[in-house]
Order: sequence, then structure tokens, then C-alpha cells
Amino acid sequence: MTPWTFFLEHRAEILEATADHLTLVIIAMVFAIAIGVPLGMLIVHRPTLRNLALGLASIFQTIPSLALFGFLIPIPFIGGIGRRTAIVALVLYALLPILRNTYVGLTGIDPAVLEAAEAMGMTQSQILWRVRLPLARAVILAGIRTATIITIGVATIAAAIGAGGLGTFIFRGVAMVSDAVILAGAIPAALLAIAADLLLGLLERRLKIA
Amino acid sequence: MHYDVPSLERGVSIEMNAKTAAENTGPAIQFQHVTYSLSSSVPRTIVNDICLSVASGQTLVLLGRSGSGKTTLLKLINSLLVPTAGQVIVRGRATTDWDPIRLRRGIGYVIQDAGLFPHFTVAQNIALIPSLERWDATRTAARVDELLSLVGLEPAEYCNRRPHQLSGGQRQRVGVARALAADPPILLMDEPFGALDPVTRAELQREFSALARRLGKTIVFVTHDVREALLLASRIILLESGRIIADATPQGFLRIDHPEVQAFTACLTPLPGASA
Repeated sequence: MTPWTFFLEHRAEILEATADHLTLVIIAMVFAIAIGVPLGMLIVHRPTLRNLALGLASIFQTIPSLALFGFLIPIPFIGGIGRRTAIVALVLYALLPILRNTYVGLTGIDPAVLEAAEAMGMTQSQILWRVRLPLARAVILAGIRTATIITIGVATIAAAIGAGGLGTFIFRGVAMVSDAVILAGAIPAALLAIAADLLLGLLERRLKIA
Repeated sequence: MHYDVPSLERGVSIEMNAKTAAENTGPAIQFQHVTYSLSSSVPRTIVNDICLSVASGQTLVLLGRSGSGKTTLLKLINSLLVPTAGQVIVRGRATTDWDPIRLRRGIGYVIQDAGLFPHFTVAQNIALIPSLERWDATRTAARVDELLSLVGLEPAEYCNRRPHQLSGGQRQRVGVARALAADPPILLMDEPFGALDPVTRAELQREFSALARRLGKTIVFVTHDVREALLLASRIILLESGRIIADATPQGFLRIDHPEVQAFTACLTPLPGASA
């Protein structure tokens, strides 16, 4: 059986797995952005919290993904086998690039601009919302882009703990020693990552201030 | 778009506002035994026991080498820095008693790189304080046009440009317009023309000198350029290592017999080969 005929015969199943995969990634990214961006804004003026948050996020990032899934399974409420555990792990994984880019974007602004803003009598929250955030948005989006690509990749491994998605085909293909089955998962996953990269890259360029 | 109001007329309305500000009795700014030190592992005194009174409407130039404490003195006025000892009185009240936001809204601030917001247009940059103060759109737009004309930029042409589409001199003009937006009685300027090419710098110095005379605002101007000081100042203060070593009118400054003053006035001697 060639990969092509396998693909044609199982296209409904592959499409469904792709949709599952995408859902997994989108849910995880929504949580990661909802946590990472506000946390990044919060740590601009709080050095203790900053070290703690960036330190923790980089520890999560350092743990090998399969090991992170393994660590989460025994934890009550968030753990167990299935999608929930996978989403928690993906969120923890995506957090660092978003958090770090938010912080770097908000703090890496021309000091003359910040000095002028402060000297003209803008409050810290006005400076954050009207100056720092608009100037940091391209950098923040770059973090979201990196995180999305990582998440699409790590989500294939989530199939190992029963979260579904395109990883299912890859693991099954490895077990069956079938290239066709492996590629049925690997190719859509790769295309998904490339598409996300291009799309978010395009958006990033539009947000950039000359 | 049409601009049927002659620019001269607009200038007059600004002049009137400024006069009422200048007529306030008492000094605009007073330093009372002000010391500012950095509390690092090795404490370093940047400004040492400064006593100084700046009259309303005066253009005071703080002259000195790099690290003499002139920028620190400037930042103590709008509470970007807080004195370690002593107090700075602005418009009758110590800076530590002011709400820093209210204090700064009444003090224009112009810095070397202009510090324009790159994500704002020229008009939005100038309208920053009016927008924070919730002026209505008509009043803000009229003020932006008025200020652009005042600093020599055609409103219709420059309103919608972004800072990166301007030359250094134009950026600095917009910086001055932005600082004047809410008609503050005090203007602080930290080497505003320092990064410009010599020709543009001379141009802006001349224009600003005329503008300053017309506006009648209290101006504190930091520079290390003695020519600039002589051109703009009604009073020059020379700083060395955080202390005042000369306080004179421009004419008086040239006659002071102090080695640091002479080090500065020596910069004025014509180049060899220049016709006397």
C-alpha cells in the first residue's frame, strides 16, 4: 500500500485527526496567551515575580515533553489519561516563549521614548497601554508564533497519553512498521506547522512599526 | 484642506497665554540646598548642596561638561528624580508635595533624541497631553495646527507623517511642539539640538531663540555648548562636579576669571586661518 492510497482510503479519519489536533493546539494557545501576556505585563515592574515566573516557565520548557506528560498523569484533577492532561502540558510548554517575548517587548523600548512619556505626565498604566503595548505587539506576536509551532509539534506526542490528534497515526505507524501510516500523521502535522508559521509571520510583519 | 488663518495671528494668541504665566509673582523654580546622591555600594554625590532661584520668564542655561550634574538638576525639577536632601520648589510647592503627574503636565520636556512615539503620527504625538487631558477634538486639532506652524512645519504636510519619516531637525521641532501643547509655564530642555548636524543645529538655535523670547516661558536649558548657551540664555549657570561655579548673564559670563569658565570660553576663539 502506497502512502497515497492509504491517504485516500482514510481521508475522513485523517481530516478528523487534523481537526482534533488543531483544536488541541488552539485550546492550549488560548490558555497560554491568556496567562502569558498578562503575566508578562505584570512582571515589568516586579523583579521578584519576574524571576519566579521566568524561572518556572523555563523549567517547564526544559523538561522533555514526554516526561512532562508523564509527570502530569498521576496529579489529581489535572492529570489522568486524555485531552485534559495534554492541554495542561501544552500550555506549560507554550508559556515560556509568550511570557519571555511579552516581557522583552515591553521592556526593550527606546529609553528616550519612555523617558519622554514619563516626563510628560503619563501614569505607569497609561505608559503600559498606550506606549509599551503598541510598541511591543510585534515582539509579543513573534513569541506567540514560536509557541504555536512548538505546540503543534508537541501535540503529536500527546497521542501517547490518549489525547488523539495526528500523533495517533504516527505512533500507530511506528507500531505497525508502516511508512504510509506514519506519513498520514506526519505530513499534515508538518503542513499545519508551516501554515501557522506563514500566517502568523504575515501578521507579525503587518504589526511591525517601521 | 485650507488654512485661512495667517500664522502670525496664531502666534499672537500663544504670546498672550504665555504672558499671564510669566506674570506670576515669585520664582518659578527654587532649589533649596538640594543634594542628589546615588545610593549604590559606593555612594556618589551627583549634585551637591545647590541653592538656586529661577525667575519666571527667565531662560536659564545649565552649562557644564558631561557628568557635571546638569541633567540631574533638570530631572529634579519635574520629579523624575527626588532630592536626597533639600527640596525643589516648583510654582510655590515642593516637588515632593506635588502629585508627580500634575506637576509634569505643567512642565514641557524636550530631550536630545526627541523621544517621539514611533507608533503615533506627528499630530498624535503633539496631541498627547491634550488627549490625556481630554480636550475635545476640534480644540486639539486647532492646537496641533497652531503649534506646527509655530515650529515652522506646514500642518497639512506634516500632520499625518510618522516620526521615522522626518529628518532629525524636523523631529526636534515636533518635540518642541509636543512640549508646548498644553501651554505649560515651564519648559525643560536637555540638549535638544545636541544630535543635529551643525547647520541644522544653528538654524534651530536661531529660531528657538526668537520663539523663546516671544513665548516668555520659564526655560531651563541644558547644554555643553558654550555658543548655544550665549545665544539662548538670559542667565548662564556653569556646573562642575555637581556644584555651581559661575552664575552670570551671557555678557558677564565672558568676563569671569575662573579656570573652568575660561576652559569653556576658550572654545569660542576663532579657528586658525579664520579672518578676524
